[in-house]
Amino acid sequence: MTKTNAAGKTRRQIYEDRLRRRSMLIAGGSTLAVFLAVVILVPMAPGWDRVKASFFNWEVFAKTFPKLLEAFKLDVAIFLWSAPAIVILGLLVALARDTRNPALFPLRILGAAYTDIFRGVPVVLTVYLIGFGIPGLGLPRPWNSPYIWGSLALILTYSAYVAEIFRSGIESVHKSQRSAAQSLGLSDADSMRYVILPQAIRRVIPAQMNMFIALQKDVALLSFIGPVEIFRQAGVFKSLLANFTPYVGAAVIFLAVTIPATRYADYLMAKQNRERS
Amino acid sequence: MAKIILKGVEKRFGDNTVCDGIDLAVEEGQMVCLIGASGAGKSTLLRCINLLETIEDGEILLDGEDISLPGLNPQPVRRRIGMVFQSYNLFPHMTAAENVMLAPRRVYKKSRAALRPEITELFKRFGLADRMDHYPDQLSGGQQQRVAIVRALAMKPEVMLFDEITSALDPQLVGEVLDVLRLLKDSGMTMVLATHEMGFAREAADKVCFLKDGKVIEEGAPSALFDTPKHPDTQAFLARALK
Ligand SMILES: Nc1ncnc2c1ncn2[C@@H]1O[C@H](COP(=O)(O)OP(=O)(O)O)[C@@H](O)[C@H]1O
Ligand SMILES: [Mg+2]
Repeated sequence: MTKTNAAGKTRRQIYEDRLRRRSMLIAGGSTLAVFLAVVILVPMAPGWDRVKASFFNWEVFAKTFPKLLEAFKLDVAIFLWSAPAIVILGLLVALARDTRNPALFPLRILGAAYTDIFRGVPVVLTVYLIGFGIPGLGLPRPWNSPYIWGSLALILTYSAYVAEIFRSGIESVHKSQRSAAQSLGLSDADSMRYVILPQAIRRVIPAQMNMFIALQKDVALLSFIGPVEIFRQAGVFKSLLANFTPYVGAAVIFLAVTIPATRYADYLMAKQNRERS
Repeated sequence: MAKIILKGVEKRFGDNTVCDGIDLAVEEGQMVCLIGASGAGKSTLLRCINLLETIEDGEILLDGEDISLPGLNPQPVRRRIGMVFQSYNLFPHMTAAENVMLAPRRVYKKSRAALRPEITELFKRFGLADRMDHYPDQLSGGQQQRVAIVRALAMKPEVMLFDEITSALDPQLVGEVLDVLRLLKDSGMTMVLATHEMGFAREAADKVCFLKDGKVIEEGAPSALFDTPKHPDTQAFLARALK
């Protein structure tokens, strides 16, 4: 029989409550200290007034924000048409790299070369090479559009990463699942489609979400080859108003999308880890 | 003609000879039990019969037809031979009923509606009528293993292979799975089991084979093999196993 106090708590619970209160107090105190230091010390820096005027100008912010939001729609649109293409191409490449059919051996090699190349080149370089290179062939309208080739550059780059994540998912499904499917007389294709892939895809959803958050940010790279999306729009305002605040506005808009998405991916990841342990 | 005949079956993993010239005959409707220490090659032998592994040498005949012919499409053969694994290997993302219907749907192109009455009957027969729409992780080990058996049976196999199907179960759940095996034997199914359940092998098997280092050291009726083992290795194994 454990001793309990009036509140019906055991000694252990009282002790743990005290520990918890203490650590909350310490965490709160140190956060406040850091916050105060920033608020007090940063404005004391010699260049603060200039930085404040050129990066945190409220008037500029209020004036440019709606237009930036408008321009961000283009980022979202590019994301929305690229993402499905990336999922499909990524999955196809993952399957091609996994195939055991000797007739498809060239596909395997191609898949490996493809993922190596596109993961090995900085995204911005791919955007330049494809975004400037292909329209440079002198294609007729609308095939010279930077939207098409810029999106293609993103699709090719991200499909390489997404394919590798799918592949790691496929490999994480235990061999015994394949044995069980085969022992039932299912074809290899059916085993993959109905048994392996559904499990593999479920496992890599959080990792893939992180890839797509990165994609949403990298859409801004297309600004280098033409499309007036949010980053480019912010640049236009910067030149017009001789003020950097529009960039801060753009950052705020990106964060409004990416932080909730990242949190959600982390939550899914934690949930899966709990379920599997 | 025996249902299954193995002639000089050899299986190697690299330098490791896991099946070393195995001869075995399983008559129609017989239950044959493979016993032996872990690593003796029991699982590998069963996997070879189901063509989950290819063999280096020898022959495996099903109804007199050589199914170990190199280049033969294994899928039609696997449909005729069901297999149940130690670790159940149910598909975790599907309900019990979906697990059971997947192969008949894909292979025999039957619809769910057409299959439902048939598999409901199977679930009932194995005491799982109220578990059809549960996911594997909502079932006990014994229930999962019975679902795995139902899943194999739904393909209407002529032979069933069981690889230590009670080894992963809590002791109190072993009985319900062994009961299913008795039921199957009574229905005339041809069965090959790898098992550590010596009591069950003695009571239910028609023939028991003792394997060691990939060889059949001794085989015979259970009473003969368990009561008067001839080979010293068999005697040593049984002395340990029956202790
Ligand atoms: N896929 C494999 N690759 C390499 N070696 C294997 C493989 N499967 C089994 N073996 C080896 O084959 C031998 C027999 O294993 P197994 O058939 O599982 O025996 P048992 O079922 O009687 O315990 C063991 O030495 C094991 O390490
Ligand atoms: Mg084994």
